[in-house]
Amino acid sequence: MDNDEAFDKFKQCAVEVLQVEPEKVVLDARFGDDLDADSLDLVELVMALEESFDITVDESELEGVTTIKQAFELVTSKL
Amino acid sequence: MLALQGAADGAGAIAGRRVAITGVGVVAACGIGAEDFWAGLLGPAPTTLQRRVENFDARAIYGPKEIRRVDAFTQFAAVAAEEAVEDAGGPDALRGDPDRAGVIIGTGVGGLDTLQEQTKVLLERGSRRVNPFLVPMIMGNRAAADVSMRYGMRGPCEATVTACAAGTHSVGNAARLIATGRCDVVLAGSAEAPLSDIGVAGFANMTALSTSGVSMPFDTRRDGFVIGEGAGILVLEELERARARGARVYAEIAGAASTADAHHITAPSPGGSGAVSCMELALRDAGLTPDQVRHVNAHGTSTPLNDSAEAEALTKVFGTPGPAVTSIKGITGHSLGAAGSLEAVALALSFARRLIPPTAGLEQLDPDMQIDVVTGGPRAWTPGPSLSNSFGFGGHNGTLVYVALD
Repeated sequence: MDNDEAFDKFKQCAVEVLQVEPEKVVLDARFGDDLDADSLDLVELVMALEESFDITVDESELEGVTTIKQAFELVTSKL
Repeated sequence: MLALQGAADGAGAIAGRRVAITGVGVVAACGIGAEDFWAGLLGPAPTTLQRRVENFDARAIYGPKEIRRVDAFTQFAAVAAEEAVEDAGGPDALRGDPDRAGVIIGTGVGGLDTLQEQTKVLLERGSRRVNPFLVPMIMGNRAAADVSMRYGMRGPCEATVTACAAGTHSVGNAARLIATGRCDVVLAGSAEAPLSDIGVAGFANMTALSTSGVSMPFDTRRDGFVIGEGAGILVLEELERARARGARVYAEIAGAASTADAHHITAPSPGGSGAVSCMELALRDAGLTPDQVRHVNAHGTSTPLNDSAEAEALTKVFGTPGPAVTSIKGITGHSLGAAGSLEAVALALSFARRLIPPTAGLEQLDPDMQIDVVTGGPRAWTPGPSLSNSFGFGGHNGTLVYVALD
């Protein structure tokens, strides 16, 4: 899976879980300010990403994750 | 009229503080919204094994992300509350001191469908896949919490959980908050969404459900209740405040009672003695005597045991033939914790429209019963003192007393 494919898949999860427009899911978007997502939204998103990418993300790894870029890099680091 | 003086059922009512119903909202299988609900109550009896709410849409209240995280029982309550608030004149007209505005919305079990679905997730995909919103989705107080947040009501916000008596007890508890001076306005009612496989199986296996699919309260052929769902919400308001703002008043809640059989977990006490004492207590609370009562909106579930006990209790309290009795469960089915508040809405509408809806499904009154049941079509009446009964598994009894405004 190349990076674009991975991001498309990531975006799909974010759109589905956070119910936001696809064009809002860009690398520098912030979960709180730009996507109206709180910490439990993030937990739900990570659950969807785990399923979709067949990876495991520990709760502690989410600390300090505030942007799409950070979350996406966390996912790709496990592929 | 002495309003909720508390003499019988708890002290503390303040003389002169009376409780008015100034708005109603309802979600039921026979209709969403008071207009359709009422038309449904006067329509033909359905013959489905479940009375499911169809074509329901709560997207006017919940956004697309939120709505996936709200169980059906809360969505029912939210839509009914919105209608009730609008019916009472809208949030601006209702707004007073937010610390003196309360919400009491009961339920039998809360988010049962969510619990079933997430249990499946747990067993099939493991604990890490269980929805992080599970707890606030299933908790029985969620409907009350959402309604208080939506309208900024910061007084008491609670859920009364007494099985099939939850709706009636919620309205009674809310009325008392006004009568005792704690609140000026309370959104009161209940909601239930029990039609998941687990809920239906539970009731079916305890042989409470009708196998014919016909709800026929007080009929000699009755064979159990037909399970339903929905929500009913009333706006209760201190009468002088309601009058001062020119609100339309459906009826006054003049008394309420809550008792327990302390007898058996599912069967009513012999001879309906629990129902008798509850109705008598409610009448004393309202300062009324049995001969003044013109109408009873019965619990009337269509189960052999409930209807016998309730009919016997009615005869003990009122003699024969007694006031006009009806059960709307021939139409709505038994929506469990929502039932009492659907019936509260039905009674408010009976006052407004000067008609008592018939007991649909009833064709042959059980010969052991000496009560005057409204059948066939609606009966015209001059609204006067009325009772609404609910009885719940656990031995819970609830009665409300409604009177027309003088």
